[in-house]
Amino acid sequence: MTHLVLAVEAGAPELVSGGFFAQWAGIMLVAPFVAFLLIVFLGKRLKYLGAEFAIGAMALNLVWASILFVQNMSHGIFREENFEIASIGMFDGRALVFELGWVVDGLSIMMYFVVAFVGLLVFIYAVGYMHGDVRVTWFFASLSLFAGSMLILVGSPNLIQLIIGWEGVGLASYLLIGHYWEQKENSSAAMKAFYTNKVADVGLILGAILLGLAIGDFSFAAINEAAANHAEPLEAVAFAGGLLLFFGAMGKSAQFPLHIWLPDAMAGPTPVSALMHAATMVTAGIYLMARTFPVYQDLVGGEAARQWMVPIGVITLFAMGLLALVADDIKKVLAYSTVSQLGYMMTAVAAGGYTAGLFHLFTHAFFKALLFLGAGSVIHAVHSNNMSDMGGLRKEMPRTFWTFVIGSLSLAGIIPLAGFFSKDEILATLDHEGYQAFMWVAIAGAFVTAFYMTRAVALTFFGSYKGHGHPHESPALMTVPLVALAVPSVIAGFLNIPGVEFGGFGNFTTWVGARVVAMGDHHPEAIDWTLAAYGLTAGGLGILIGWLLYGKDAETQLARDRFEIPVLYPLLRQKYYMDHLALGMVGFTKGPAARAVDWVNTYVLDGIVNGVGGGVRLMGRFVYGGLDQRGIDMFFNGVSAGADSAGLALRRLQTGRVQQYAMGFVVGALVLVLAIAVFN
Amino acid sequence: MIVTQFLVIAAALFSLGVYGLLVRRNAVMVLLAVELMLNAVNINLIAFEAVIRSSQAVGQVFSIFVITVAAAEVGIGLAIILMIFRNRQSANVDDFNLMKF
Repeated sequence: MTHLVLAVEAGAPELVSGGFFAQWAGIMLVAPFVAFLLIVFLGKRLKYLGAEFAIGAMALNLVWASILFVQNMSHGIFREENFEIASIGMFDGRALVFELGWVVDGLSIMMYFVVAFVGLLVFIYAVGYMHGDVRVTWFFASLSLFAGSMLILVGSPNLIQLIIGWEGVGLASYLLIGHYWEQKENSSAAMKAFYTNKVADVGLILGAILLGLAIGDFSFAAINEAAANHAEPLEAVAFAGGLLLFFGAMGKSAQFPLHIWLPDAMAGPTPVSALMHAATMVTAGIYLMARTFPVYQDLVGGEAARQWMVPIGVITLFAMGLLALVADDIKKVLAYSTVSQLGYMMTAVAAGGYTAGLFHLFTHAFFKALLFLGAGSVIHAVHSNNMSDMGGLRKEMPRTFWTFVIGSLSLAGIIPLAGFFSKDEILATLDHEGYQAFMWVAIAGAFVTAFYMTRAVALTFFGSYKGHGHPHESPALMTVPLVALAVPSVIAGFLNIPGVEFGGFGNFTTWVGARVVAMGDHHPEAIDWTLAAYGLTAGGLGILIGWLLYGKDAETQLARDRFEIPVLYPLLRQKYYMDHLALGMVGFTKGPAARAVDWVNTYVLDGIVNGVGGGVRLMGRFVYGGLDQRGIDMFFNGVSAGADSAGLALRRLQTGRVQQYAMGFVVGALVLVLAIAVFN
Repeated sequence: MIVTQFLVIAAALFSLGVYGLLVRRNAVMVLLAVELMLNAVNINLIAFEAVIRSSQAVGQVFSIFVITVAAAEVGIGLAIILMIFRNRQSANVDDFNLMKF
């Protein structure tokens, strides 16, 4: 079944159905699962223990996605393939069907491309990184499972398939965070990630049910069209449904206060952190918001929901960035940075900047994956995650150093790297949509970003080496992906310079805008240099101050960390006590709350139930003793006793002597005869 | 033709039968009394037929029926009395008081 749904709003780009590659895009979704099975059954016999299949599937995907990406540049593609799997039932006179399939449009093509590009490079890198490690075959099997689930998620034409992919990536995340499960804290981190996401998933599922049942269709095309037409039933649930979907997104995309799982997820191998917990999986929440964007854009309830989403994004982007300032584990620095950048994306989408949020997602995927892989390269060399065991590595590891610096500068938003353009677009969106106060927080966040990245670079690559052994540059298998990621980290920003289009090919804005329903977000005509100057100044100041504090020599570097501003430092070291809060909530639920509920149950609820029961028992006793036993039974007993005594008296008549009966006959006959004689 | 004398005879015979039925204690004698009553009825039937002279001889036919039924009745009745006698060594109807409460 194929539809080509035309754009329902004027001004939407003309869409074509794409050719062969759009029609069979489902092969991309299936390939990683085939790879998964092949790795599980055949992987151990091969030279690279199954990595061949994973890489092969991703290479196929990258080629396929690149072709679609190029096709989508000249003509916006929209194509959906749906296969009905089952009928769920009837709702309000309409049949609800469960369909699987794939959607090929600007948004999903962008995601296919990012997943395939970053995925392929991370897989290649992982061959070097995981060399000689435990369970390598299973590691690549899980990675393939993740890639497949992620593609199922981003290629989903409806909410139900999205949830399937969503849970699939959650499962893969759990498996990979707990890859080194022999250590308790790793398996605990995996559990923490799974539980936290499960809490959020409840919101996603409820939101999906609410929106889907409102219009009797779970497909995004139908929901978005209904939203664009301001359909009444959808409007009625838009606020609650929008917030519930957002709650789901808060879990996967690590928004405050459900971010607590992401820093601990760094217990997994570094390639996992790069691919899943930085570049792709955690952006699923942003993707969901973008996929259902018309619900938030065109409906009054969705607009209202967004007013709750923006502050959460802003809190996430600023407060989580601060945490990166005090972390010693280099992966934790990057993890908090990721949470902070996800806050930027969420803020942008929530403020109405569809393109801005997605563009930051796009650029961030490259430079954050680069940073994580660079950190992995360093960790591989020094056998420690702690920056207090590093230092002075720029000489020993030049390729890692330079690519890491490029990633850091891009993340810090220094012109002309990718991060500058995407962050600037978010600032422009906040400014245009009237969130000036939040815009200043975002600029402050840019300062914090630059500051912690400078600190990380200084502690890792400058000063003198503080660890053990002699670190050396990683093998080419690991450095080539770094270089390959450094390229888009530099140039990806040029894809969406406001006002600049590539001839007839448009730019990133038009590419991701190729959707059923046109996105009504704001696109500036040219770069607002005032805003850009603010952002650049914040970033530059961050780098400068960071360099002054940490750039000098190794001995004082650590002393700087002991700056220890009272109140703030312990607050940050303890991660705002969010873990304590979460544990406290669980403990409170298990302890006092459970006891209180038990008390209420025992004394209040049981009292009521017992009281009602006792009342009923008294009533029953009255009905039984008074009415039944005394009243009704007495009547029936009387009747039967009367019959009994009458029978006892009358049975004397039945003597068994036939002649007495005959006498009765005769006497009776005589009486009759006499009566007839007399009365005639 | 005068039917009165026949009716008087039949009534006397019937009364004798009733008397015997009620008073006799020997079961065989009770059966004989029943036969008397039946034959009183037969006399009546024949007498009225003689007066009416119906074309199909209804009175004679009915009396033949009654005689037949009486014969059958005596046959069954004697058989029952014989069985009771064998069990109880008595033909006295006062001993036949099984059929009571």
